[in-house]
Amino acid sequence: MATVEKDLAKQATRTVRFIIERQQDATSEPYEEEFLIPWRPGMNVIAALMEIQRNPVNAKGEKTTPVSWESNCLEEVCGACTMVINGKPRQSCSALVDKFEQPIRLKPMRTFPVIRDLVVDRSRMFAALKKVKAWIPIDGTYDLGAGPRMAEADRQWAYELSKCFTCGSCVEACPNVNERQSFIGPFAISQARLFNQHPTGKMNRAERYEALLEEGGIHECGNAQNCVQVCPKGIPLTTSIAAMNRDINFFSLTKWLGH
Amino acid sequence: MSTVSPASANGVNRDFLFRRLHTLSGIVPVGMFLLEHLFTNATGTLGASAYNNAVNAIQHIPFLHFVEFVFIFIPLIYHGVYGLYSAYTSGYNPGQYSYARNQLFVWQRITGVVTFVFIIYHLWMTRFSGHMPNFQFVHDLVSNPFNLVFMIIGVVAATFHLSNGLWSFFVHWGITVGPRAQKVSAVVLLTMFVLLSAMGIVSLFAFLYGW
Ligand code: HEM
Ligand code: SF4
Ligand code: FES
Repeated sequence: MATVEKDLAKQATRTVRFIIERQQDATSEPYEEEFLIPWRPGMNVIAALMEIQRNPVNAKGEKTTPVSWESNCLEEVCGACTMVINGKPRQSCSALVDKFEQPIRLKPMRTFPVIRDLVVDRSRMFAALKKVKAWIPIDGTYDLGAGPRMAEADRQWAYELSKCFTCGSCVEACPNVNERQSFIGPFAISQARLFNQHPTGKMNRAERYEALLEEGGIHECGNAQNCVQVCPKGIPLTTSIAAMNRDINFFSLTKWLGH
Repeated sequence: MSTVSPASANGVNRDFLFRRLHTLSGIVPVGMFLLEHLFTNATGTLGASAYNNAVNAIQHIPFLHFVEFVFIFIPLIYHGVYGLYSAYTSGYNPGQYSYARNQLFVWQRITGVVTFVFIIYHLWMTRFSGHMPNFQFVHDLVSNPFNLVFMIIGVVAATFHLSNGLWSFFVHWGITVGPRAQKVSAVVLLTMFVLLSAMGIVSLFAFLYGW
């Protein structure tokens, strides 16, 4: 049989089992619900969620509310669809069902406030980026002209850091992001390093160091290094953290000696 | 859920300072003292008189009480108490993320707490027991099987905590930055853990069997 026919034959019989951790709203108790979804070739987790949306019936055959989730780009560049799939945070749009052991367990990233089902509020990440000034100020009341050039060797590794799409996987996996302390999260330190390295961004580097010296700053990192394992973009987060440790220790010491 | 808080109102990066003093005190002076202590005890393998001489030399350090208080007790209490707080505020997720480094992160905290309990008991049995330390005294101590087992646990916990702590220290101070440097330092320091804990255990048995 040709592959297409084989797939069609399988499609008629095969199902995919999902166990989804659901939650009605921000304050209600979470519960689990099981679903059996007809298998389709090359399907991703989002396709399964869309199937539930189309036909919201659980594994017991009862009618239920469709499961809420967020997605946008569907090509692993926006980060909106990040959830915990079989125990690890990842993007549901690039999570191919065939690559997972069944039942596939979906949970929201509980390090963030859960809004409903798999939808979480990642505002704290955007607040963190604002705090470390993860941008390059180029606005002036007059034309500031061209900035200094960046060395090619630096551009290459900076490009790797620039791949961060604020998905939150590293924040979810970090044991030191919890209710007992206010760690800003690995990505923010890496982004501060990215913009500190840029020839124009460098002009504001002291402000970024200051931000990472405050409550919840770089010192809350305990080197568990889960972040670098789970980052879908392979960003060298632990290298960024160690490099920023070096810079910030030096910065704070020279600042103190200079007073 | 905690959110990112604004600039701390009461000033100069207190958390940062406390954390950095904690990692520093783990090496200087507490870690250095631990090494000194282990090597002094290892003189027990050279016989009773070698050990008694080594202890005697320490007893003749000028201003011993002052030195002990300022360079050992204060930093140790700071590191220990802040360490307990740090172990409490850390999260633990080695079940979900079983990566080696995450497991070591958990063990760093477990061995810290074990070492804390051990040190209290150890000081009470030795330094504050009213006895002058000498070979015979330590021999009597480790002849009690409960003490011996507890001492072995203490030695293993403390040497692991120092070795793995040194790995973390190198990252906190931006000395080992890239993944390869961190990997090499992990191999070297875990080897150091095995050697130091073996040395500590051998020393204990030297006291027990009086060789
Ligand atoms: C023999 C005495 C001790 C020595 C030599 C020692 C040494 C160290 C060293 C070198 C570090 C690494 C610092 C870093 O991560 O940069 C460390 C970390 C730590 N110590 Fe100790 N320590 C001792 C006793 C204790 C005690 C009694 C506790 C109490 C629980 C403790 C709790 C901790 C914790 C929780 C950390 C992790 C800090 C972090 O990574 O954020 N330590 N210790
Ligand atoms: S650093 Fe990686 S894991 Fe963390 S938010 Fe950015 S892309 Fe996601
Ligand atoms: S939908 Fe954008 S990353 Fe998945």
